[in-house]
Amino acid sequence: MERNNHLPRQVALMRQSLFDQGYLDEQFVQLEELQDDANPNFVEEVVTLYYRDSARLVASIEQALDKSPLDFNKLDSYMHQFKGSSSSIGGRKVKAECSQFREYCRTGNGEGCIRTFQQVKREYATLRKKLEAYFQLARQAGPREAASRST
Amino acid sequence: MASPSTRIDDGRDVDSDNSGPMREKLSVLIVDDELLVRKVHERLVSKLEVAKQVQTQTATNGKEALDLHLSGSSFDIILVDLQMPIMDGTEELRAMGVESMIVGVTSVDAGADKEAFMEAGLDECLAKPLTADKIKSLVETLEKNK
Repeated sequence: MERNNHLPRQVALMRQSLFDQGYLDEQFVQLEELQDDANPNFVEEVVTLYYRDSARLVASIEQALDKSPLDFNKLDSYMHQFKGSSSSIGGRKVKAECSQFREYCRTGNGEGCIRTFQQVKREYATLRKKLEAYFQLARQAGPREAASRST
Repeated sequence: MASPSTRIDDGRDVDSDNSGPMREKLSVLIVDDELLVRKVHERLVSKLEVAKQVQTQTATNGKEALDLHLSGSSFDIILVDLQMPIMDGTEELRAMGVESMIVGVTSVDAGADKEAFMEAGLDECLAKPLTADKIKSLVETLEKNK
């Protein structure tokens, strides 16, 4: 019973735009392929874990950036983790900003780190917002849509 | 390029004494301190059609992996995250006589340490993210080395 039979198409379009605009990469598709009738919410569950990990890491990095002098090894270690989990869900733009931050850690550029961290947070917030909207729409469209993917 | 699932030649000659070339059982231990990674890798392995029965287990660090072995568990493949703050357990597992295929999982920018890890007893090193194809080729190697 479909209340709105345009929803599946909207979900597909929203999903495609996430890839086209570079927010997501192939790793997200790998997650979708792990989803099935027995695990219908797998992708969203994994992404929820990502939000949880990210909140913890962002807080740790913020705390570390407040210290003086900056501990670049620690910062790099946190950001390495953040990059890793962003990579696990296919968060392409977040991952790129994380890499940039790590470059500044390597060269001991504190200002660069602080500046780039703002970009990391911005990209993360954007990705989260878009994913939340996507999953919400997918849920409305029905479980079949949440588990399907278009090529 | 032939893929394992379409390899049908002389299926009965493969060591399985039941029908078809497919392995009876595959057991995999996933060692990683991050829940997200354990969840994804466990699902990835479980969904592979490389054996009639695929069993997975997870551990959050090398010590847990060792404890599992001490309590009698054994695995065909052990996937070990090489970036864990607490020990990954490879050397200790080898010292215990564990003969499983031990595969280190690293992030792409961990090149330098790879040699040291291989010397500690890894059979292979794979870069994150793991994919179905990467794991399937591990199973192929397992089959070849039987």
